[in-house]
Amino acid sequence: MSGYKFDNKVVQWVDERLPLFTVLRHSTTDYPTPRNLNYWWNFGSLALAVLVIMILSGIFLAMNYTPHTSMAFNSVERIMRDVNFGWLIRYLHANGASMFFIVVYIHIFRGMYYGSYKAPREVLWWLGLVIYLLMMATGFLGYVLPWGQMSFWGATVITNLFSAFPIVGEHIVTLLWGGFSVDNPTLNRFFSLHYLLPFVIFAVVFLHLVALHQVKSNNPTGIEIKGPQDTIPFHPYYTIKDLFGVGVFMTIYLAFVFFAPNFFGEPDNYIPANPLVTPAHIVPEWYYLPFYAILRSIPDKLMGVLAMFSAIIILFFLPWIDSSKVKSAKFRPIYKQVFWIFFLNALVLGYIGGQPPDDTVVLIGRIATAVYFLFFPFLYLLGKIEKPRALPQSISAAVLKAPAQSTEKA
Amino acid sequence: MAETSTTPQATPPEGDTRRDFLLYATTAVGVAGTAMAVWPFISSMNPAADTLAMSTTEVDISSIAEGQAITVTWRGKPVFIRHRTPAEIEAARAVNVAELRDPETDEVRVKKPEWLILIGICTHLGCVPLGQKPADPKGEFGGWFCPCHGSQYDTSGRIRKGPAPLNLAVPTYTYLTDTSIRIG
Repeated sequence: MSGYKFDNKVVQWVDERLPLFTVLRHSTTDYPTPRNLNYWWNFGSLALAVLVIMILSGIFLAMNYTPHTSMAFNSVERIMRDVNFGWLIRYLHANGASMFFIVVYIHIFRGMYYGSYKAPREVLWWLGLVIYLLMMATGFLGYVLPWGQMSFWGATVITNLFSAFPIVGEHIVTLLWGGFSVDNPTLNRFFSLHYLLPFVIFAVVFLHLVALHQVKSNNPTGIEIKGPQDTIPFHPYYTIKDLFGVGVFMTIYLAFVFFAPNFFGEPDNYIPANPLVTPAHIVPEWYYLPFYAILRSIPDKLMGVLAMFSAIIILFFLPWIDSSKVKSAKFRPIYKQVFWIFFLNALVLGYIGGQPPDDTVVLIGRIATAVYFLFFPFLYLLGKIEKPRALPQSISAAVLKAPAQSTEKA
Repeated sequence: MAETSTTPQATPPEGDTRRDFLLYATTAVGVAGTAMAVWPFISSMNPAADTLAMSTTEVDISSIAEGQAITVTWRGKPVFIRHRTPAEIEAARAVNVAELRDPETDEVRVKKPEWLILIGICTHLGCVPLGQKPADPKGEFGGWFCPCHGSQYDTSGRIRKGPAPLNLAVPTYTYLTDTSIRIG
């Protein structure tokens, strides 16, 4: 990068020594973006905006929070009652976590619909999944901090998942707890890690962006950029579009913060943690429910835990499981339907994960778990047999006129 | 000396020069050194000395009537002490051990048949099973019922139904007198 010529002398002086403005320009006004991105492409930058909100609100919460079993619950209540605007900051943080997951789930499903995980974007997809895993860990750690009943028992159940592994399992659990049960040492380290991981996420987001700028954005047609006629600069076109999306998002987010701040919460978490009484119905936070349903569907403890972990791990192999050369579901008539079945099935799993496990719930959970895992081999076969619709010549051809040899006439 | 570093020389085959040896040796020392440096940090996450020191609890069991149960805390965990009725003991001993998921006779799980002492933590994912209070559901086998995922234990605390893999654990305990025990 030889650097640009900037009119402003100060800018030029700095840029020759630290190419800040060159990099900025390279990744905004000079960054070519497909001209046909739809609103589903808003959710990446939106996720970054939520991450920033989470880190900022979290830093301010940490100024008033005490990570000790005898004081944690009361320090959170103090934030709610006595700290100036403490209620606002805590509700922004608590609802922000749910919003973060909603945004990221949409982002992931968008990637699946338009085949954004396929070559050359495999590493980009992996980095995204790593961010998602880190988010799940961070969300779990954070939910423990208020030290309510759900905090305590959620922590107990989740840490006990690791005891399923033979031989090393018990040692791992003791190492996580720092004792013989979830207790003060556990709370201390969870606070430490909960403060750390968002910055790790931030670093991986940076790598995610570096990978993105290398391979460029996918787009609704799934056809790669072929020339300047296919692109528009990221700034100002998509900055302003993303900003509009942020406005819509903030409206929804703040509606929850101000009018239904406990919508995503569990009432039991307003009861201080009691190690001797398990609440009648333990549920994890909603964003883990599909995986929790998979865990509960398998009658064997170790197999259940393995099934739950493999449900996420299998996504790393998606670029090779999906054997179709066509990326976008727009041109894959069968995949389009299979995708929506997979999506609805994920919602069913989520619902089932939140219900008490009676016989019907367990049965539906097992069917949905089977559908979840069967999706992947089916996807492999589908790529071999499915006849895709005719693709447009290029992004610009698809935008500017109807594709010449398209069989699709919507 | 200076010319040895600048004089070009024919490169011998991979892996057998002195320089290669030094490279491998340095790498090995580096890896071992890193592992040794990481060790204390991982170890610091394991239970500390004061946590380990709180390892015994003494309980007076004289006031527990037959059919009653109490819960005490040991190492931050609930411990169930149940004064079993003759019917419960008989039910626990009438079971065909071979049919159990985690086969154990009732005799090896108790020191005195009327006193059943267990760690009150479900072996599935660590919830506290219900069954200590008279009004609690005790499951189909008259022992304990875990509300989290539906595991059911019998009057010897053995797993009979549901996802838990093992019987409720029996802690180490000793009778100090006929009416008091020390757990741990």
